Amino acid sequence: MSIENKTEFILEMRGLCVDGYSNEGWMPILKGIDLNLRRGEILGLIGESGAGKSTLGAAAMGYVRDGTRFASGSVNFDGIELTFATEAQKNALRGARIAYVAQSAAASFNPAHKLIDQHCEAPLQHRLRTKTAAQKDAIQLYEQLRLPNPKEIGFRYPHQVSGGQLQRAMTAMAMSCRPDLLIFDEPTTALDVTTQIDVLSAIRDIVRVYNTAAIYITHDLAVVAQMADRIKVLLRGKEIEEAPTRNMLLSPQEEYTKSLWAVRRFKSPSKPAPKEGEKSLVSLHNIHASYNKNDKIVDDVSFEIFKGMTVAVVGESGSGKSTIARVMTGLLPPDQGNVRRMDKPLPLHYKSRSREQLRQIQMIYQMADTALNPKIPVCEIIGRPAEFYSGLQGAELKGRVEELLELIELDPAEYYNRRPSELSGGQKQRIGIARALAADPEIIICDEITSALDQLVAEGILRLLDRLQRELNMTYMFITHDLATVRAIADFIVVMKDGKVIEKGTKEEVLRPPHHSYTELLLSSVPEMDPDWLSDLLKQRG
Amino acid sequence: MGDITFLILKRLGFGLMTLLIVSIVIFFAVELLPGDIAETVLGQAATAETVEAFRNKIGLNRPAFVRYFEWLSGAVTGDFGVSLVTDNPVGNAIAERLSNTLFLATYAAVIAVPVAIFLGILVALLRNTIFDRLTNIATLASISSPEFFVAYILIIYLSVKTGFFPPIANLSGNMSFPELLTRTFLPALTLVLVTTAHMMRMTRAAIINLLAEPYIEMARMKGVSRWKVIVRHTLPNAWAPIITVVALNMAYLITGVVLVEVVFVYPGIGQLLVDAVSKRDFPIVQACCLIFAATFILLNLAADVGAILSNPRLRNPK
Amino acid sequence: MTIDVFVYFAALALMLVLSVVKERRDLKTIWLFLLVGSILLLIFDKAYVVFTMITAAKVLAASMGAAFLFRLTLRHFVPADLVKEVVTLPLTAAFGLLVILITALTGIFAPWIAPFGEAEIVTSSFAPADQIHLLGSDQLGRDMFSRIVYGARNSVGLAFAATCLAFFVGASAGLMAAVKGGWFDQIAGRLADVIMSVPSLIFALLILSIFGTSIFVIILVAAAIYSPRVFRLARAVGRNTVVMEFIEAARLRGEGDWYLIRREILPNTTAPLIAELGLVFCYVFLLIAGLSFLGLGLQPPTADWGSMVRENAALISFGDVTPLIPASAIALLTISINFVVDWMLHRTSGLKE
Repeated sequence: MSIENKTEFILEMRGLCVDGYSNEGWMPILKGIDLNLRRGEILGLIGESGAGKSTLGAAAMGYVRDGTRFASGSVNFDGIELTFATEAQKNALRGARIAYVAQSAAASFNPAHKLIDQHCEAPLQHRLRTKTAAQKDAIQLYEQLRLPNPKEIGFRYPHQVSGGQLQRAMTAMAMSCRPDLLIFDEPTTALDVTTQIDVLSAIRDIVRVYNTAAIYITHDLAVVAQMADRIKVLLRGKEIEEAPTRNMLLSPQEEYTKSLWAVRRFKSPSKPAPKEGEKSLVSLHNIHASYNKNDKIVDDVSFEIFKGMTVAVVGESGSGKSTIARVMTGLLPPDQGNVRRMDKPLPLHYKSRSREQLRQIQMIYQMADTALNPKIPVCEIIGRPAEFYSGLQGAELKGRVEELLELIELDPAEYYNRRPSELSGGQKQRIGIARALAADPEIIICDEITSALDQLVAEGILRLLDRLQRELNMTYMFITHDLATVRAIADFIVVMKDGKVIEKGTKEEVLRPPHHSYTELLLSSVPEMDPDWLSDLLKQRG
Repeated sequence: MGDITFLILKRLGFGLMTLLIVSIVIFFAVELLPGDIAETVLGQAATAETVEAFRNKIGLNRPAFVRYFEWLSGAVTGDFGVSLVTDNPVGNAIAERLSNTLFLATYAAVIAVPVAIFLGILVALLRNTIFDRLTNIATLASISSPEFFVAYILIIYLSVKTGFFPPIANLSGNMSFPELLTRTFLPALTLVLVTTAHMMRMTRAAIINLLAEPYIEMARMKGVSRWKVIVRHTLPNAWAPIITVVALNMAYLITGVVLVEVVFVYPGIGQLLVDAVSKRDFPIVQACCLIFAATFILLNLAADVGAILSNPRLRNPK
Repeated sequence: MTIDVFVYFAALALMLVLSVVKERRDLKTIWLFLLVGSILLLIFDKAYVVFTMITAAKVLAASMGAAFLFRLTLRHFVPADLVKEVVTLPLTAAFGLLVILITALTGIFAPWIAPFGEAEIVTSSFAPADQIHLLGSDQLGRDMFSRIVYGARNSVGLAFAATCLAFFVGASAGLMAAVKGGWFDQIAGRLADVIMSVPSLIFALLILSIFGTSIFVIILVAAAIYSPRVFRLARAVGRNTVVMEFIEAARLRGEGDWYLIRREILPNTTAPLIAELGLVFCYVFLLIAGLSFLGLGLQPPTADWGSMVRENAALISFGDVTPLIPASAIALLTISINFVVDWMLHRTSGLKE
């Protein structure tokens, strides 16, 4: 079955098509991909969600997920044709000669077994090492990947180890048989930026030490610029272009690639500062908050939000930034401190707030999927707040809903009766915005609203919010971990870490040096679209 | 280990509490009788004196909670009072029959549990094939059939038409063990058929639920074979639901045998209960109910503790 | 009989050839197993097993044919947006729907369908089946067919009433507990735990021994036993919805609990709740059938499937299948409901296994 035919390439794909099963039957996911990968080379795969990059990564191992199938074309790994190979032939390759590093390390380690046992599974399965040798080798790899306590960490269970460390442990596991080819499927997407640096540098070093060929899949251009020798851009299952990393970054040829590259350039023009002595619209005063008394999440936080401005609350996971939103809306009454509107204290619990007070603060959520009721049509999702607060009925209500749909740039005729499942991610997020606007609020809290979206779509949302702010003199509080979003849209910035405010001030004050040391760490950890950025940064940090 | 010990102790305490409440319910339910036990047992024809004499005899004139504590403390030592119909101690009547019922339940369990788990894993492995679909239909049918339907079909085909096994499971003291097994084969098989299907479906579901987990895909990407993926990567995480359903079915074996015992005229505690209910012999009804409820609660307790112990996150805290 | 055997083997061989041509290895194994097995049984002089298999095959083929025809017919009677559902309906579910429909119609129109009265003694006891008495007669000489027909009204109607009560109480308490949380959730939850910690049949026996076996008591007992089950499920699916952000958004808007349940939660929980309705009906039905079988359910002379099994049980030892007729009526209905529920759960789980 397999045609032995060695070439200079470790992996070759010719016209690869993969189909996926959906309600309408078999639909193509990959539409004829050609790919060549030399030994020791790293290829970056870039694309938005639905581009088929993950399917392509799995196909490189001859693996098709449930509900997908090879349609045509070939995948040739070092002379072995994987689309024809039997399950046993492919199992002999997987883990031994081709290995996989998944996105979520926490979910990809089996909770029932120790890290090192899972590490040794592949070498034992493929009879490459004895158990003792495999364990010794695991410890060596842990050391090379700069895991703390390399001798002991393997004997822990996955839930006892942090996310960044697990991701490195998974890379070590993939290296356990010294494969010829590694597939990295968004390995740092779920990590905080400061952790991402450690994982990226560890991955890059280990791949170089063993001269392993790799496919690095990501949606983050700046990350792939650090890792890859060449970059291939995918869009809806088709290749847009491919070039060496530096050429690709300097002079992308195709329109789509150019638009991807341009995303990070959006900046909202700065607004005039609030007048001296102007009352803040909403202000937090010495807020302390916790979910149970022993565990303080927010520790003495105060800041002000002025009318017509955008305040960005920035921090990594666990910094307490989302808790701030819950305190403001009254979902989590603080242990101490108060929330004021125009200098008058608001009741702490949302149930004690009047309908008028509730109307003034509205929220938009990160996951539009769970933020919109899947069983309710768009007209009611948007119409209900308008009906609830202003008592609009019948034709008036319909007019208001249509007006709101036009405001968020969706055609009322087409979208009025749709359900959330019939909308794309960006459209759902727009409906979320319309629902907030329908209440005619004074301030909208945006909780990580762009982090689940593709960059182009996210940019569209940010531009929309910016336009609405100008037209309606709207006030926003942005909660985000993404400094690019902060740069694009914020007027004021509040930096948080471990529940405390580290630094706050206007955008110019916070982003212009000299920085507070944590702000510096955060800012410098955001990858830039420069292939030498990571090396320079590591040199700088020593 | 602090967390897990606390969890188990909490569960134990909760189990005891439930048992206590259930004992209260069982005892005081009888107090809800229109009139009281004496009037009910003796009927409307009885004179006031005979009713009063009967009340004195069974101590009905003392306050209910005093009688409750006497009953409960007696029950702990196996003394459930005296039958209203035969005047014999209830404890004696129950003891022998309880061991018969336990024998039948164990007989069925020893066959059903390993078979169900093995078949459940096998069907999970063969999912979406024609075998899987046929098994699905067969197990659904088996679960939804009343026990007496399964029992009578077995009697017709394995006893009346072929004569392989006796249709009635009457026991006598001097039977050899193999003969005992043959005699009780049909009731045991009925129980096996009804419980295996349920346990099998749940085992299959528990495993298939986990197959979508990323760590299963990871194992496949390491070149681990399908069978090993199930045994090594899925099963250790599927124990909690499997243990729960096994315990549930064990409880069912001991309590749900009532119908099977009646069909096969098997001298177990279930028959005793049914007889007592129709004769309105309340001390026996109460005793049987308490024993059944206690078994049920204990097995559920065991299942929960087993599920806690099988969870690696709880067993190995941070 | 020889024609039957011939058709049986011809059909097996045809299926085997078809599965070989279509390259279905799994099907091939099954047909081959059946064919070789049947031939071996004939060779070793166990023909009666083969005859039983032929009868089973006939029954299966007839059910599948009926289900297929029912599905074909049904698509012309449903609204346009449901046609796709009907076309993709598995045969088992179509069969289940058909049986449920027939049972419901039989129950509703029992007096017009049954040739004799339910307590009417019309012939000698245990008379064999003939043209007038389609299924023979029972131990008192009452027409078996008429009693089965009336049983569809009595047994199913009783179970249906108890199910509706259990469902109404359990579902409203469960959804309320999911939305409100706090003390209501705690108390209702503990109460459900206590009721569920007594095995259902035992609980029913205890209560019936005290209050006697009136229809009213049976309905109340069955509802009390199974409403905690509905409560737990409704609470669980309700909680899954309550943690969603659209509920948070509605709460922050200032909506009341009643609006949350009616507009936001119910539309997201109808599918599992309807499936649960089917399951609870099966449990209630089996419980009441079990009680009747023990002589503690509906009292004579009311026609009731469970009691009919008990009344004719003695015939079993003579190899007579009369007691199996009401028993199989019970089994057929519960199996059918389970087929439909299984399909609904599979469809709504969204899992493409």
